[in-house]
Amino acid sequence: MRIAEHPILGPFEKGEKVQFTFDGKTIEGFEGEPVAMALRAKGVLVHRITSKRKEPRGIFCAIGRCTDCVMIVDEVPNVRTCVTPLRQGMDVRTQKGKGQVTARE
Amino acid sequence: MQRHEMVSIGAGPAGLSAAIEAAKNGVQVAVYDENDRPGGQLFKQIHKFFGSREHRAMERGFDIGKSLLEEAQSLGVEVILDSVVMGIYENGTMNVMVKDHVEEVKAEKVVVATGASENMIPFPGWTLPGVIGAGAAQTMANIHGVRPGKKLLMVGSGNVGLVVSYQMLQAGCEVVAIIDAAPEVGGYGVHASKVARTGVPFYMSHTVKNARGETFVEGATIAQVDKSWKTVAGTEKSFDVDTVCIAVGLNPMSQVLRMANCKMAYVPALGGNLPAHDLNQETSVPGIFVAGDVSGIEEASSAMIGGKIAGLAIAYYMGYMEDDLFHEQRDKLLGSMRGLRAGPFGEKRAEGKRMLLEAMKG
Repeated sequence: MRIAEHPILGPFEKGEKVQFTFDGKTIEGFEGEPVAMALRAKGVLVHRITSKRKEPRGIFCAIGRCTDCVMIVDEVPNVRTCVTPLRQGMDVRTQKGKGQVTARE
Repeated sequence: MQRHEMVSIGAGPAGLSAAIEAAKNGVQVAVYDENDRPGGQLFKQIHKFFGSREHRAMERGFDIGKSLLEEAQSLGVEVILDSVVMGIYENGTMNVMVKDHVEEVKAEKVVVATGASENMIPFPGWTLPGVIGAGAAQTMANIHGVRPGKKLLMVGSGNVGLVVSYQMLQAGCEVVAIIDAAPEVGGYGVHASKVARTGVPFYMSHTVKNARGETFVEGATIAQVDKSWKTVAGTEKSFDVDTVCIAVGLNPMSQVLRMANCKMAYVPALGGNLPAHDLNQETSVPGIFVAGDVSGIEEASSAMIGGKIAGLAIAYYMGYMEDDLFHEQRDKLLGSMRGLRAGPFGEKRAEGKRMLLEAMKG
């Protein structure tokens, strides 16, 4: 899903390639880009499951306003992944409901 | 407590223009922005602006953003990021959340240039991952270089819907259709023609009936609407799309203004509930100015002029400018603004602005 060469913008300036985990699985992204972008680039669309109706939610506004894309990041729930910069070794998990703090496996 | 002569809230085209104009005339200025990068939505605007040269026609939004930032920097304007202004209290006192703590800031004059947020329409399936705001599509593709999806349906034919559709084509996505419940295209002909030339079909008087899929969007259905906006049975069309983009207008982010007791007026042509303000962009609360989308949904071009007027007025009120020079420069900007609000599209906005001016008196 990454745009290799944009007709107007050319190549995108990205940080170093880093590895992080999504639900325990190691995947790659670029340092400093929003966690949500790294996930979208790898085809991850579901960020959380709602409390009552157990419905999936993902990116909606992409600028930190709607809070639809929140996940558990490094054991902290309700982190807006569209405005959280990706770092090497981050532990990103699908949030279920209000997102209880979970221990690392 | 941090003290400043002037504070702009928002480092978009309006807030930066206000800061630049005031700083040019000697005012000490700080700009606060909640995002981790400045420029507001300008860096997502990869198309060329049009109009005349004084409105920066032929320049692309991100280039305008870069030059505004450079100019602000060269004038010593301090741009403070990751900072949310939570409230404006009496005498220009503000609470600002800077990263994870709250600071108290005081300014003699404040320019509120907080912009707008996107409107949404609910329909069955609208919460599925894959239904996104048009702004989200723009942010993903133009800032981060990630396509929001492979095939998308655009809901809304205003300028945002049209421009973002074209940008999605540039990003390598397929746009299956642009739909709008209104009988006519909402945006400028120049933007509509550009997309139409690429073969994207337009369905006017159509609304989105649903988005479907188990855990993310796998398709969407549209249907024609009659004069009372009800869907007409038998007119449904289905598209295999993975993304539905919503571009149905913007809503001014005026929360801090309402908190500060600025007089508001309802002007649908400019996006809803808006702060009354005078020709110098000052609200009913002395010392609080407005510029850009929060003072009425328009464009970056008018946001920059509105910002400049606010900056000039602040320099003048604070004694940094002579009477004659201020009036000469401001009247020139007002003339330039009238130019932007001419024509069938601008006339409604001009009328809306007159209502906001009128509301100052009442």
